[in-house]
Amino acid sequence: MAEPVHASPAHEEHHHEQSFWRKYIFSTDHKVIGVQYAVTGLAFLLFGFGLMMVMRWQLAYPDTPIPWLGSLLGENRVGANGSMLPDFYNELGAMHGTIMVFLGVVPLAVGGFGNFVMPLQLGAPDMAFPRINMISYWCLFMGGVTMFGSFFLPNGAAGNGWTSYSPLADTALNGQTAWLIGMIFLITSSLLGAINFITTAIQLRAPGMTWMRLPFFCWAQIVTAFLLLLAFPPLEAAGVLQLMDRVASTSFFIPEGLVIGGEVAEFSGGGSPLLWQHLFWFLAHPEVYVLILPAMGIVAEVIANNSRKPLWGYRSMVYSLIFLGFMSFIVWAHHMFITGMGSVMSTFFQTTTMIISIPSVIILSALFISLWGGSIRFNTAMLFALGFLPMFGIGGLTGLPLGLSAADIPLHDTYYVIGHFHYVVAPGTLFALFAGVYYWFPKVTGRKMNEFLGKLHFWPSLVFMNGVFFPMMIQGLNGVSRRLADGGITYDFAGEVAGLNRMMSVSAWCLAVAQIPFIINFFMSIRNGKKAGRNPWNSTTVEWLAPSPAPHGNFDQPIEVVRGPYEYSVPGSDKDYVPQAEPAST
Amino acid sequence: MEIPYTVEAHPETGLNNGKIGIWLFLTSEVMLFGALFATFIMLRLGSDGQWAHMQEEAELNIPLATINTIVLIASSLTMVMAWASLMRGQLGRFKLFGWATVGCGGIFLVIKYFEYTAKFAHDHFPSSNTYLAIYFTMTGLHALHVIGGMAWNAYFTGPGSKLFHTNRQWLTDRVEHSGLFWHFVDLVWIFLFPVFYLL
Repeated sequence: MAEPVHASPAHEEHHHEQSFWRKYIFSTDHKVIGVQYAVTGLAFLLFGFGLMMVMRWQLAYPDTPIPWLGSLLGENRVGANGSMLPDFYNELGAMHGTIMVFLGVVPLAVGGFGNFVMPLQLGAPDMAFPRINMISYWCLFMGGVTMFGSFFLPNGAAGNGWTSYSPLADTALNGQTAWLIGMIFLITSSLLGAINFITTAIQLRAPGMTWMRLPFFCWAQIVTAFLLLLAFPPLEAAGVLQLMDRVASTSFFIPEGLVIGGEVAEFSGGGSPLLWQHLFWFLAHPEVYVLILPAMGIVAEVIANNSRKPLWGYRSMVYSLIFLGFMSFIVWAHHMFITGMGSVMSTFFQTTTMIISIPSVIILSALFISLWGGSIRFNTAMLFALGFLPMFGIGGLTGLPLGLSAADIPLHDTYYVIGHFHYVVAPGTLFALFAGVYYWFPKVTGRKMNEFLGKLHFWPSLVFMNGVFFPMMIQGLNGVSRRLADGGITYDFAGEVAGLNRMMSVSAWCLAVAQIPFIINFFMSIRNGKKAGRNPWNSTTVEWLAPSPAPHGNFDQPIEVVRGPYEYSVPGSDKDYVPQAEPAST
Repeated sequence: MEIPYTVEAHPETGLNNGKIGIWLFLTSEVMLFGALFATFIMLRLGSDGQWAHMQEEAELNIPLATINTIVLIASSLTMVMAWASLMRGQLGRFKLFGWATVGCGGIFLVIKYFEYTAKFAHDHFPSSNTYLAIYFTMTGLHALHVIGGMAWNAYFTGPGSKLFHTNRQWLTDRVEHSGLFWHFVDLVWIFLFPVFYLL
């Protein structure tokens, strides 16, 4: 360790210097790995957002030359007048989805926050398998490099939607093979991470940290890890099968007599395109909860801390979370109502889908009720957490019509669906992740982020997020398909609402501008932020007992947990918070 | 820095970290092969009655597969013997049985290689039909697992066995965990054999 470590007998043998590579690049410290994950995730979020901003140009001003970028993109992507070709639009769409989900939100929410915060909250010195943790990050990194590199392939990156439906994805000439190889890296990374998270939570909790004293964030990470562990392998299987279809010309997802470009394709046939959808959505529905549960965990921590009240209904929230995790495995085919799989199947999946909305509502209601009567501190983290609640509410409630098979038929594949799930993951999950960044930044760096710049980040973001996504609902209800490279202007029914595209695009670009205060704040605060002590937010959970920034091995005092996670405003106490584990000296 | 419960068991769970880790890994493996078996069922049900015909045409070699089954079961036995030898503190016997396990894996792969090349010689490729496609994919993925298990066992029997002199319990645990994986690979074959060759 290069930094002075608080002297404690357990750590004395580790005062030797570590090389730069061991300390920052190939580190086995969960905090360094967490930061690596978070920075990678944030960078890919920005990149994926960039892809979308280019798409939004085409939607707002179809077939007009793309400013600035036109000449850089090559003739495969841009037509003679410098406007976007439809294949390029598809490439951007597919990679935007893939990158945001698998390389943006998951690495940040699970890899970043999970890795950094969970062991600290458990009172553990590190993850159970530090080296596997490091390998997990580097698998993600390789997956990211593969995905990013695929843009430079002769035919460009994958362009078959982030869902990669067969037979299109089986036969497309673009970078789908690279996509599959990238996905195998990302899946491996998530599996290794999930094993590590669960083992750590089972084995390395500090003495006294019983299951019902676990902070809600840890519960969210545990359930998420189980989802990753059990849902990703079927996608891995599907990926292997699709790779076989592309590389070894098998016909797993290719039906008899498939015609491509007017000719019967040279495949033996006999496969099933629906099989891909089943295997894909068996992962991808739990994946939705992988995106949302860590966000709920972060919001719960921030709300309890800043409303200075215990979480309302902590136990019901935990039980809801576990039930949600279980149910998420048996709702997948609600993405497939219009595939003709039959009304019996549709009835089953529509019933389970209605059931799964109950625990989500319980958690959201409990978070709302937690605010009741609190003396709320409106700092930036709290603003983002409060923003999450109604935004996720809109996202969740607009999902209900999609879960009913009759209502789904007209809405399927329209912009309504895009609006719905973006409300869940963009102003929903992303807001929660921003809340997490502002909340735990002092623990990572020892300094607070700037509050003024934080508010300058939050308010415009809230306005423009809605400016981007709400009009999508209106377009969708008018029947505008999500897959039109011109935003629907060539269709009569879109006439009335096609003009909204410009509003959405301008909102998206303004949203990008609204992220500038965050980026400035992030880098500026690392060096110049206000110094934070161990516990700048007067929080109860265990991570705030460690020094900020915490050394390798985390704690400089033995941790013994003596009470629940959210003992705020306890009557008769001299201060308005009672930490879970009082240091032995006080 | 020492991670607690790497070697000694946690007083409440009665398990060390590695044991929990390997079982979690095996659950994910069950989901992986489960999805592939589900694919097998979907393809078979969707084959319009052509499945039996495709299977007949493929002419898989049942005697060779039977030998392979026996070889793998034998390797599971040697795997347990290797672990038991470590429990008794017999390093020499551990190495003997450890290498025997790796050797059995090798024999399995050689036989598999002859099976594959015989298919290729008759123009039976993964692209020929869906039966051969799923056959090559699942047995191929299983063979990759055999190679992984062999590498794991070879490491602990070879260079990794130095740990015997410094932390015998840890080595014993590690061999137990690689044994669990090896038994799982064996078990997958126990399903693959009847499903592809006998049904």
